[in-house]
Amino acid sequence: MGINKTAMDGTLESSDIQITVSKGTDGVQISLESDVKKRFGDDIIATIKEVVKKFGLDNVNIKAVDQGALDCVIRARTITAIQRAMDNSEQPAWEAL
Amino acid sequence: MENKLGRNLPDKLMNELHFKPFETTKIGNPVFQRTAPKVQVQNGHDKLKDDLKQVVKKNVKDGMTISFHHHLRNGDYIFNLVMKAIMDLGIKDLTLAPSSLTGVMNDMVIKAIKNGTVTNITTSGMRGSLGDEVSHGILKNPVIFRSHGGRARAIENGDIKIDVAFLGVPNSDRCGNANGMEGPAAFGSLGYALMDAAYANKVVLLTDNVVDYPNTPASIRQTQVDDVVKVDQVGDPNKIGSGATRFTKDPKDLTIARAVNQVIVNSQYFKDGFSFQTGSGGAALAVTRYLRQAMLDNHLHASFGLGGITKPMVDLLEEGLVDKLMDVQDFDKAAADSMKNNKNQQEIDASWYADPDNKGSMVAQLDIAVLSALEIDTDFNVNVLTGSDGVIRGAVGGHQDAATAKMTIICAPLVRGRIPTVVDHINTAVTPGQSIDVLVTEFGIAINPNRPDLIKQFQDVPSLHVYTIEELAKKAESIVGKEEPLQYTDKTVGLVEYRDGTIIDSIRQVKD
Repeated sequence: MGINKTAMDGTLESSDIQITVSKGTDGVQISLESDVKKRFGDDIIATIKEVVKKFGLDNVNIKAVDQGALDCVIRARTITAIQRAMDNSEQPAWEAL
Repeated sequence: MENKLGRNLPDKLMNELHFKPFETTKIGNPVFQRTAPKVQVQNGHDKLKDDLKQVVKKNVKDGMTISFHHHLRNGDYIFNLVMKAIMDLGIKDLTLAPSSLTGVMNDMVIKAIKNGTVTNITTSGMRGSLGDEVSHGILKNPVIFRSHGGRARAIENGDIKIDVAFLGVPNSDRCGNANGMEGPAAFGSLGYALMDAAYANKVVLLTDNVVDYPNTPASIRQTQVDDVVKVDQVGDPNKIGSGATRFTKDPKDLTIARAVNQVIVNSQYFKDGFSFQTGSGGAALAVTRYLRQAMLDNHLHASFGLGGITKPMVDLLEEGLVDKLMDVQDFDKAAADSMKNNKNQQEIDASWYADPDNKGSMVAQLDIAVLSALEIDTDFNVNVLTGSDGVIRGAVGGHQDAATAKMTIICAPLVRGRIPTVVDHINTAVTPGQSIDVLVTEFGIAINPNRPDLIKQFQDVPSLHVYTIEELAKKAESIVGKEEPLQYTDKTVGLVEYRDGTIIDSIRQVKD
């Protein structure tokens, strides 16, 4: 089980976050753009990493464009984007949820 | 050194600039000697000019202090016109002392700082690219931020000594009699500019509308004016004020506005002849609408509405629910038109409005003020100047001044996106918690413990959910998480005066 394709979830509306997941070769790489990066950047990245870990992904590139999303939104968008990238949206990895 | 609020102030700068740290909101009864402008005598026959550059050349010299008003807001053409002429002439080392700086001026100010034309700034506020550049240390000397009342005080006592004031007006006669009400660029009250007109050594009016002599009613008088310069256009009418004021549909704003209304109605101050000031934000505008219904239901009316005037306030005036509007500036076209049409809408200057050091200003008579906040800490100190990233993006405005009201209500959402409003520690203290009485959020209200009378009045009102401000701060943190502290350099980029001229906080350069 791994990343099959590049997939995305989320919008650029305020209080949302857009997560793009693609194949990686160099561990878990997360790039973050956010107006609240100075105050919450580490929190946002930690939340994304937590979700990645649940899916057992060792190599993945994630691009996050944040518009001030709360943690619950960040988790939901990351889960959906990863499932789309893994082609298992039809049969979700329930144990990761 | 630290001031009474525990805010850290830069000793060296404080001493160099002869500033004292903030101590108290109480003003007392000190005696001051006011300053007076130099007057170059003329008979007034040759004031009308069409060459701005010549007028600038004649009046502006290196090292002077020049001023502007911000009544034209983002429709202002005057500032850029004058600053370009100044730069073309190679004049350097100026102090810029406008009533405030609006977005349309940003690029020009940045350019003027970079080429040494402007080396000092005092203003109510700044936003956008200019706030960003200043917060990143573009200016050698700190910007001095003053409230509208504080600026009036500083002009009167000579802390701000204006050499030349360039004032855009929508009409003037050839001798300088002018008002803000008629003409293509009409904006209503000239409140802030009246200080400059009265105290600057040289007063230059710029207008696109030269009318027959004598022009009445005259807010600025010919006795104050040195030159009248004819320009093509003073401003863009579409950008001077917002057009039709729209009633917010944001459920958060409406929830807050309803709660503010409940606070007002259940307070000791809601009685016949009360007075109020509300701002121009979405929630504040909605408050005025709710207040209207409450006044009708309770058969009472207000003696005056104060400050920046908006259409909902004009509606109350025209309906007879408010006797007088005391008008220092007009936020929208309806309010500007109303100053022309309603004799009960009185133009007031910034001193009359809010100056702490005169023989009694309007804010000292004010019962209720409804104000906003970017941040408020658990001591009720309010920040309206710097954003959550530490960058300057706001204005002191009349915040410190109106907070003098007998009951000052801060209305703000508990969080904005992921940014908390109620916090343990605010980035910049602008208005001391000593003058703030009630915080209203969409989750509930908090009452300043120094107001046991209000706690008693509100604690059993079923529609008001009363918390301590610490509880609201915790609630905010539980939603958004804990903020990491901001990183600053040692360089001071701004000093914030309290309205009495003491320093309430300093703003440092942000680290990226």
